[in-house]
Amino acid sequence: MHTIKLLAVLEENKQGQLARLTRCLAGAKVNIRWITIATLDKVGVVKILVDRLEPALEALRREGFTVSTLEVLAVEVPDQPGALHAVTDALAREGINLENASGFVTQPRKRAVLLFETHKLSEAQRVLQKQGLRLFTQAEVLAI
Amino acid sequence: MKTRYWDKAAECLRRRELEELQLERLRAVVRRVERHVPFYQRKLEAIGLRPEKIKSLQDVRHLPFTTNADLREAYPAGLLAVPLRKTLRLHTSSGTTGKPKAIFFSRRDLHHSADLIARCLVATGATEDDILQNMMTYGLFTGALVMHYGAEKIGCLVIPAGPGNSEKQLLLMQDFRSTMFHTTPSYALYFADFLEKKGIDPRRHLALRRGYIGAEPYTEQTRRKIEQAFGIEVYNSYGLSEMNGPGVAFECAARHGMHLWEDHFLMEIIDPATGEPVPDGQPGELVLTTLCREAMPLLRYRTRDITALIPEPCPCGRTHRRIQRITGRADDMLIVRGVNIYPQQIESVLMGLPELGRNYLIVLEGLDEMTVKVELSAAAFDGRVERLAELQQLVAERLRTELLTRPRVELCAPGSLPVSEGKAKRVLDKRTL
Repeated sequence: MHTIKLLAVLEENKQGQLARLTRCLAGAKVNIRWITIATLDKVGVVKILVDRLEPALEALRREGFTVSTLEVLAVEVPDQPGALHAVTDALAREGINLENASGFVTQPRKRAVLLFETHKLSEAQRVLQKQGLRLFTQAEVLAI
Repeated sequence: MKTRYWDKAAECLRRRELEELQLERLRAVVRRVERHVPFYQRKLEAIGLRPEKIKSLQDVRHLPFTTNADLREAYPAGLLAVPLRKTLRLHTSSGTTGKPKAIFFSRRDLHHSADLIARCLVATGATEDDILQNMMTYGLFTGALVMHYGAEKIGCLVIPAGPGNSEKQLLLMQDFRSTMFHTTPSYALYFADFLEKKGIDPRRHLALRRGYIGAEPYTEQTRRKIEQAFGIEVYNSYGLSEMNGPGVAFECAARHGMHLWEDHFLMEIIDPATGEPVPDGQPGELVLTTLCREAMPLLRYRTRDITALIPEPCPCGRTHRRIQRITGRADDMLIVRGVNIYPQQIESVLMGLPELGRNYLIVLEGLDEMTVKVELSAAAFDGRVERLAELQQLVAERLRTELLTRPRVELCAPGSLPVSEGKAKRVLDKRTL
């Protein structure tokens, strides 16, 4: 399966919490490739793409963090008008919802990546591949 | 399994004989306080009640109530029925506001309180082979010492560990192979978490078989959580310092309601607002009259504890009637937006959801705003913030159904709420009303 595994950390939504997290990862010599934070009242979920997942999980658990992993899809989008629309349109036609999507450009005017969560992981994968869109594997996304 | 008794004659006394005994003892106690306790002399005189007027158990209703405030006013020794030199031990009850309440025990009272605990422990299956780790606070609080002497009476080895210091508790438990512990529900939950973090599996690494949990009201769901966490049977214990401490009522092996030792305490369940009795099985405030106490007899003491009578006979053969677990304190009742709420109602909703952790806090602030903060269970976190939002909605909805008012719900990270090792403080009232 061409899916990406993210680290998800539950944190109190208060000062200093994120620093505690990044300190822990730095200490474990884990490199952060991408990060996003979603908050709900007094808690936040920090989702991180790291180069070494298992050591990161272990280090965070040891420090008492509440952690989990999350499978998401990363689809390659040409960096040009209408390209993102092709992705969202294909998914919408099949009734697949995107949750917590975020995108970044990897090579200006050439290539971008859309990272997203969905309930229908394998269906979304099938639909996108049928459209001829490329899904990244964990190794590929880390190599960007 | 064969039912074992400590004092079968007393525990299985036929109802009619038990009630005759109660009446005889009630009349004796009224005579004694009328003769020896000026406080009661005045109260009885004021209503013109002579001990001879007590002709049936129902006549207890003519007697005056004794309240919390009466005990504080009588502090230090105003309610003694014997000379001070006849008393052997002093306990005080946790005075959270103002003066404490002082409770004196004579030699006979100490003997009785230990004997009642012996009945309780044997009813749960405890024997002289058991080792009790007593994790209650030793000292002025009755919880630890009264249990201590009762357990010794049946021949248990008692480890007077006292509360807190989880590292040491674990060490004692491992080295001496404790088979039973006695603690509060909040410390039991805290200790379960501690063991989990330490990687200790109580089923494999410890010898625990039973837990005696009391001193704070708790729910059936909390009982199950503790039972599952330790792999033990948990027995509910009810008592209050004003009535000797633990051992007033206790569960037998059936673990359905607590037998209240009616040869020592005359119980009534009343409507806290009107003082009138409620029908059997209906919730109300427990009112107790001591029937055997020598140093400090009390008439119709308002416990402020809300319970209900279970009138049906128990399969264990004990004739002393059972009361349900305490569902609240008349004093703990919160009034939020005009609705009466007991914190235990909130607890029972929270403990019924496996996605939630064990720690919670009820915050009241502003103009009657209630927020329930509850920790998420670490195992239930799947990384999705949508899941958290759904869960928050679900908790709020369940609470609304139970309380008839919708509180704000805040999910918190595991371990982020303050933890207490003694009596848990679950309500923070910051209202500016």
